[in-house]
Amino acid sequence: MEHIVIIGNGISGVTTARHIRKLSDKKITIVSTETDYFFSRTALMYVYMGHMKFEHTQPYENWFWEKNRIDLKKGYVKTVETKSKTLHFADGDTLKYDKLVIATGSKPNKFGWPGQDLDGVMGMYHKQDLDNLEKHAPNNDVCKRAVIVGGGLIGIELAEMLNSRSIPVTFLVRESSFWNGVLPSGESEMINRHIKNHHIDLRLSTNLKEIKADENGKVKSVIIEETGEEIECNVVGLTAGVSPNISFLKDSGVELGRGVKVNRYLETNIEDVYAIGDCAEQHEAIGNRRPIEAVWYTGRMMGETLAQTICGNRREYKPGHWFNSAKFMDIEYQTYGWVFSERNKQDYEQHFHWKHEDDTKCITVAYNKDTNKFLGINTFGIRMRHEVFDRWLTEERDVDYVMNNLPEANFDPEFYSHYEAEILSAYNNTLQTT
Amino acid sequence: MSLAKPDALGITTKQKVALAVGIVGLFILTLALFNTNFPNEGLSLTAALGLIAIGVIMYSREAYLTKLEGIKNDGQWFKSISSRGIWGWTLGVILTAFYIVLYFYPKYLGLGQGVDGSNTGLISLFDPLSQLLSGRNASQWFVYGTLYTLAILAFGYKFILKYRHNRYQQIRTFSVMFFQLGFAFLIPEFMYVMNNDLPYYDLKSVWPLNYYLFDEWSVNAFLSNGSIGLALIIFGILSIFVITPILTYKYGKRWYCSWVCGCGGLAETAGDSFRHLSSKKLSAWKLERWLIHTVLVFSVVMTTAMVYTYLGYDKNDFWLTRGVFISLVIGFLTLVFAVVMYFKRQELGKDAKAGAIGYLAVIALLLIMHFTGTTEHVFFVKGGALRSAYGIYIGSIFSGVIGTGFYPILGSRAWCRFGCPMAAILGFQQRLFSKFRITTNGGQCISCGNCSNSCEMGIDVRHYAQKGENIVRSSCVGCGICSAVCPRGVLKLENDSMKGRINPTEILLGNDVDLMELVNQK
Repeated sequence: MEHIVIIGNGISGVTTARHIRKLSDKKITIVSTETDYFFSRTALMYVYMGHMKFEHTQPYENWFWEKNRIDLKKGYVKTVETKSKTLHFADGDTLKYDKLVIATGSKPNKFGWPGQDLDGVMGMYHKQDLDNLEKHAPNNDVCKRAVIVGGGLIGIELAEMLNSRSIPVTFLVRESSFWNGVLPSGESEMINRHIKNHHIDLRLSTNLKEIKADENGKVKSVIIEETGEEIECNVVGLTAGVSPNISFLKDSGVELGRGVKVNRYLETNIEDVYAIGDCAEQHEAIGNRRPIEAVWYTGRMMGETLAQTICGNRREYKPGHWFNSAKFMDIEYQTYGWVFSERNKQDYEQHFHWKHEDDTKCITVAYNKDTNKFLGINTFGIRMRHEVFDRWLTEERDVDYVMNNLPEANFDPEFYSHYEAEILSAYNNTLQTT
Repeated sequence: MSLAKPDALGITTKQKVALAVGIVGLFILTLALFNTNFPNEGLSLTAALGLIAIGVIMYSREAYLTKLEGIKNDGQWFKSISSRGIWGWTLGVILTAFYIVLYFYPKYLGLGQGVDGSNTGLISLFDPLSQLLSGRNASQWFVYGTLYTLAILAFGYKFILKYRHNRYQQIRTFSVMFFQLGFAFLIPEFMYVMNNDLPYYDLKSVWPLNYYLFDEWSVNAFLSNGSIGLALIIFGILSIFVITPILTYKYGKRWYCSWVCGCGGLAETAGDSFRHLSSKKLSAWKLERWLIHTVLVFSVVMTTAMVYTYLGYDKNDFWLTRGVFISLVIGFLTLVFAVVMYFKRQELGKDAKAGAIGYLAVIALLLIMHFTGTTEHVFFVKGGALRSAYGIYIGSIFSGVIGTGFYPILGSRAWCRFGCPMAAILGFQQRLFSKFRITTNGGQCISCGNCSNSCEMGIDVRHYAQKGENIVRSSCVGCGICSAVCPRGVLKLENDSMKGRINPTEILLGNDVDLMELVNQK
């Protein structure tokens, strides 16, 4: 029986395993050093916040794996020998495979800051990071202040986590406005204000120079690059992005760039070795997507696709329309299609922006100013239907159609106030003035 | 147990004051329980109930109005009271003890312990309020009803503040507060004032939840009260056979379970802090399905037997004889069974077999009853014995002692989920003949588990959401909290067409359209 070994028990690897099981009888082993069972990484924050216990982040009960004949092996893969198709573990153990799936995800970026490996400095990615945070920041007696470095999705989540235990937070963001490499300015600035409304000390255009230690080698303070200011703190969160977790492959012969290089079939340069999820890097980006997509949904989609290939139905990874979502403290964010920030958008991309007066809801609609074609939407504080926007994008609707039919896309709970009329009249007003 | 207690769990000074105020109110009730004679009972009662209400209101305002609008579940799995800690168990024991005394030893609450059968203790403290409303002394049920209503109103206020960004939650909570105060508490008292021969009838309490509605004493009391009594009993019959299916078809069982029902009302308000404690294990779901349907069978057979025993054989006495009655029941059950099997057999899958066994068991029981029954006995026991067994084991122990007493252990909906025969009927309608579903938003689920965690009915909502499948479950009471806590805007409670309501998928929206077509068509 063919043995499929998957390194990594995150959403990509587990999705692959589940779909292979649906399609075949192959022997499947999932290897992980992080946890015994699959959990939802995106839910780690809720464990620290006390909304859930860790076991609740596990989407399947523990009996699920044996019942579906998916073997779980806990161990750290040190090297991969592709000639003999063997994995070598840190504890000396070995494992043979017929086909290998690399789905090892990411690790937090560190940019060589002095003091970045001190006690009390951590990312927020792995289960171990959560345990570490629980140890160093159980409450605001032990942790008088935390400093977060890096203004992206994980950074703001870490800020929300610490805030839930009333730990004062200083949030250092390199950019002039939160996540403005991705978000258009109207949205980014609204989130700046929302962060501050939560009494978080948001410092824009601010870089970390170094992290200082006390006599026990534990974090004592950080120094700001621009001003030289010293901020005393007990925890430093490094959330300046992630990069593929692939160092164990450097002598394996598998072609590496920033991630594991794969073709559109998610195959590496070596036969029977595949890579998916955060750690995979496309030779050439697909459409507007990045070559490395470190997103839950794309990991899942790659897993769904690769299972077909492994089970004899070789298929390209051909994702549909881009979508994503996040939550910034109390403000939900969804995006369908492409809306680029001022920094990254093309000349033809024009935006219509509407913001509610309460400063917690806004939308940005991107369209081609020459053809009027609808390109995408960012929505904050208003839920919208994925299915409707996916259809409109496929049908290549123009922006007028989208604006006039927005009520169809509304996904807010019943009895919520609706803003489509207000949005439409704002849209019509902008058209008249331009 | 975490040694370093997260500081977020500490409460503010204002909240400590609020707690103290509430505890003083409870303390007055406790003193009354131990037969303290208050000089002015009316004033003492007002003070006790008022202080409890003020305590809850102050506490809630400090907890929620000092923060921005949003989801407020920080620390719910750390706090002792809401995570089966020492305070949770203590509260569970106190509530359970209260229910045992209430149902089985009301004399310890002071019922009729005074001279000439007047009340003492806690019950006598409530006499002034009862006198004010209906001109009679309080009973243990009046005390219970008052405290129950107070709990729904005070904690309903708390819930409304907690979800002040969510109009669905606010309107729904206002609804349960209204129905409790009006229909369960005030109207029956006023009905008594207008016509004191009528039995207590909470109009919104539908058979079989209201299992004594068709008892002999109840029916006789209604019938001896002319047209108003007759109207009420006809309303009772229409409630279950006409009103309920129509509303459930249009809105799902939520119209009752989380908008109207008193048990649901308490669970949604006072029980909100315990909703996450319900078990989401598959094994719990299996147990639930057996238990709740067994109770339903018990309640149908029990009610039929009850009515059966007091129907005379004499045709001249009344057109509805035992024979006619048992034929009607069997005919009705057969009709329901046939319709379901004809239209929904495919959809039910394996459950069709369980349903058939259940149906045949009920019919067999009814036939045995008919052919072995005598004027006095059914199933070789006295008719009344069956009824009192149901009353004790289901009506009191299951719904009260376990259902509410165990809030801090089993979560707030243990009765609704495992025991309520009304929920079973509504759930059956909801699963098969309803426009209601929880829609999943394409491929946006991140499997975080907030939805499952906060489901008071123990539904593993995530199991469906992460497959992009709508949630159509008989147990769902439509409280809408899964939708509220979802950080990605994935869930929406909706009434829409029956077509495509149940939509299992293998691959979610957002992936290769050809692949989706290939895999999902199977």
